[in-house]
Amino acid sequence: MKGAVAFRRKAADRVMKWVFTLCAFLVILPLFLIFFDLVIKGGKELKLTLLIDLPHPVGEPGGGIANGIVGTVAITLLTMLWSVPTAVLCGIYLAEYGKGKFASAVRFAADTMSGVPSIIMGIFGYILLVLPMKRFSAWAGAAALSMIFIPVVVRTTEEMLRTVPTTVREAALALGIERWKATLRITVRTAWPGILTGILLAMARIIGETAPLLFTALGNQFWQTRLDQPIAAVPLQVFTYAISPYEDWHDKAWAGALVLITMVLMINIAARVLTRDKR
Amino acid sequence: MARKTGENIKDLLFERTTGGFAFLVLFLAVLLFAVLLRESLPALRKFGAAFLVTGTWDPVLEKFGALPFIYGTVISSFLAILIALPLSVGAAIFINEFAPPWMKTPVSFLAELLAAIPSVIYGLWGIFVLVPVLRDVLMKPATKYLGWIPLFKGPVYGPSMLAAGVLLSIMIIPFILSVSREVLATVPQRQKEAVLSLGGTRWEMLRIVIGQHCIPGIFGATILGLGRALGETMAVTMVIGNRPEALLSLFQPGYSMAAVIANEFTEAVGDVHLSSLVLIGLILFTMTLAVNLAAKWILTKMVARASRGI
Repeated sequence: MKGAVAFRRKAADRVMKWVFTLCAFLVILPLFLIFFDLVIKGGKELKLTLLIDLPHPVGEPGGGIANGIVGTVAITLLTMLWSVPTAVLCGIYLAEYGKGKFASAVRFAADTMSGVPSIIMGIFGYILLVLPMKRFSAWAGAAALSMIFIPVVVRTTEEMLRTVPTTVREAALALGIERWKATLRITVRTAWPGILTGILLAMARIIGETAPLLFTALGNQFWQTRLDQPIAAVPLQVFTYAISPYEDWHDKAWAGALVLITMVLMINIAARVLTRDKR
Repeated sequence: MARKTGENIKDLLFERTTGGFAFLVLFLAVLLFAVLLRESLPALRKFGAAFLVTGTWDPVLEKFGALPFIYGTVISSFLAILIALPLSVGAAIFINEFAPPWMKTPVSFLAELLAAIPSVIYGLWGIFVLVPVLRDVLMKPATKYLGWIPLFKGPVYGPSMLAAGVLLSIMIIPFILSVSREVLATVPQRQKEAVLSLGGTRWEMLRIVIGQHCIPGIFGATILGLGRALGETMAVTMVIGNRPEALLSLFQPGYSMAAVIANEFTEAVGDVHLSSLVLIGLILFTMTLAVNLAAKWILTKMVARASRGI
């Protein structure tokens, strides 16, 4: 009898171990499937012309997503140009001076914003910039994306600065360095690799964002050098091509997706390597 | 860090400057809410609370109600949780308790990588890979034999509530997984060892420990995942089928709040239509905010409890 019970308990243990292993396998399986399809279906169309040509009309072979790549880079840089200083300085305030009610309100605001669905940031950009300017533009796209970028970087900057021990700050102040200098030159510099990682991860995220650009940047079939005009972006092109009824556009969607994921992963890995070096 | 009186002017300037940017962030959040509220007022005035329970969506007659979209968002998110929760918790237990040390980092890294994939790529993969597979392997046989159950009623097209739920589950797994791992890690080592030392197997140890410590935390993780699922736009838009009807069958096309905004916003005919779409956005905003606050509240309480060592 006793032996049977022990056997049952051991068997249950074994079975559950396999169940958990299976769960882990099922969790990472889609990742492999998605990457497999991206490489196979996207690789087929991955030619040089994809990277340097404008999109061609339906039925005309060839063509690329060059304007989308340039557009994505432009919108991303535009977003970061004002979002990085805003977010980092806000993070510094929260970490170094943020004790009162005002700071809690800012933290709550950042937390709230980071939970807001990205499509709503698109509405925000549309109402705030597209309606008054009466046209879609890179500016509006960047405005929508900064609403996603800023809250994330605010919170990671604050967290990273908080990992710097108080003793470091006190040591700097004890040497008679002014507080602002101690903060920038000692505290922020110590935490900088972590802050930069946060910035890069947020950048990787906004590069892949589609929903906020749908009615702000809108997309464009041609080159666009003016920032107050509709501009192309890779995620928008992937979306448009994917839901189109044309076979050769579907191939373009896969190729565009491969380009997009490569950009995102490269930045993601760079961010991770950075924190690893720190340790 | 005590400050002297007669403080350095540069220090004061620095504090004020950074404070100014902090104020800017607060201002942006308030502006976001104000903008949504103002633009949705016309629809709010016209339809009132009935907007939430009206099933018509007719841009021509300018009659709008959000029911099919709220229904689609809730059902697809609920489906996603149903699939993602057991898988994430199981995988979290595997990584934390069973995996050999060399395997922990790569497996959790791969799972985290799922969160880095842009939503539009999930949608693309959903359209061309997931939907055809689900249609042929699962939905068609299911309607054939179980079609009398309302949930599985045909005809099968492919794009459907089920497809959206499955795709969403893959997307929220990394979030539930990483929070679940953190929750599991809060269990004191000595408690686990106590069960094992009494002769319990690992599974018995986990059952006891998880039952006593982790249920609220995992619940919090689930709510957090729900917050993600509710607002997901591109992937859902691409596979849910975009039909504004609240149907019981999971195999039928549906619609979601984010999807209708994505599809109709640039083509909105007239102010009422646009305002109704913004109102849907406001409802979505409120829902995700409530859900995220609930998750945060649960998880903070959980951490407080863990730090007291109970």
